Amino acid sequence: MGVSSGPLLGGDGFLTTKISAVANWGRKNSLWPMAFGTACCAIEMMGTFSSRFDIARFGAETVRFSPRQADLMIVSGTITYKMASVCRRIYEQMPEPKWVIAMGSCTCGGGPFDSYAVVQGIDEFLPVDVYVGGCPPRPEALIDAVMKIQKKIDNEGPPIV
Amino acid sequence: MTSPPDPVDQIRERISGYILSESTFRGEISFAVGVESIVECCSLLKNTLGFTYLVDVTVVDYLTVKFPRYEVVYLLHRFGENYEENLRIRLKVALEQDGPAIDSVTPVWSGANWLEREAYDMFGITFRGHPDPRRILMPEDYDQFPLRKDFDVRDRESSKRSFERALDEGLE
Ligand code: SF4
Repeated sequence: MGVSSGPLLGGDGFLTTKISAVANWGRKNSLWPMAFGTACCAIEMMGTFSSRFDIARFGAETVRFSPRQADLMIVSGTITYKMASVCRRIYEQMPEPKWVIAMGSCTCGGGPFDSYAVVQGIDEFLPVDVYVGGCPPRPEALIDAVMKIQKKIDNEGPPIV
Repeated sequence: MTSPPDPVDQIRERISGYILSESTFRGEISFAVGVESIVECCSLLKNTLGFTYLVDVTVVDYLTVKFPRYEVVYLLHRFGENYEENLRIRLKVALEQDGPAIDSVTPVWSGANWLEREAYDMFGITFRGHPDPRRILMPEDYDQFPLRKDFDVRDRESSKRSFERALDEGLE
């Protein structure tokens, strides 16, 4: 990016940049989360969205329960194999570019449920960008994850598919 | 002064034809009932003795601890105006290891529908005459009965297969 001004241009300043840099700047500051809450972690996620922790400060307050209007999937809660196909389908319905946060021990690796029904980590079927450990993680941890996604968008742009 | 008749005595008298044995633990009363007479016994309890509420239908798998292997347990409750008329009893039906099956009590209490589906889902007990004998918790094409004691609770292979089939169906 550069800033120029000169008499040739009538004295007005203007910016030079790349279209991808502007697009990424827009993307990272208006992440629209798709809240996929299935268990206790979802309560903590709701806490993060609401006024006390207020994820709106990071531009991610527009929670969409329609995957077609979202670009950040926050999977929070125990995912069973029966739910996993639904989760994957919802992920596929989200338009590109899209990112995934695995919130909580359950989504990272099955958590306390080493059982016949529970997926031992959603990376078995989803491309996860940021893992947040904890049972449940504190809202600060989720905000940190959102900021990590923002950094990632800044550095790398949209994921390569 | 004579004490009022014990409500349990009255019930015992009415259903004595169906009872195989009886046990009491900490004031909770259980009757063992034969597998062929469960529906008759239940309709008598509901229609004439006032046990309108089927609290739960569940199963115990004794595997090698006890013979026969399975025991289907019915928890029944009666609501009454007075405290003493409120009563909870338990019926137990023993079932064999091979092809355990019992008549459905859904015609008596419609609330038995989902309870029996869960008992089938987890233990593989067949409820004859059930109006909707599908699995309720696990995927419909799941091929194990996970709460049987000889099932390894960490065995995820069947779940994975169901998951993959569900994905393929979704992509069609
Ligand atoms: S990680 Fe802990 S808090 Fe989160 S969904 Fe799993 S059990 Fe619940």
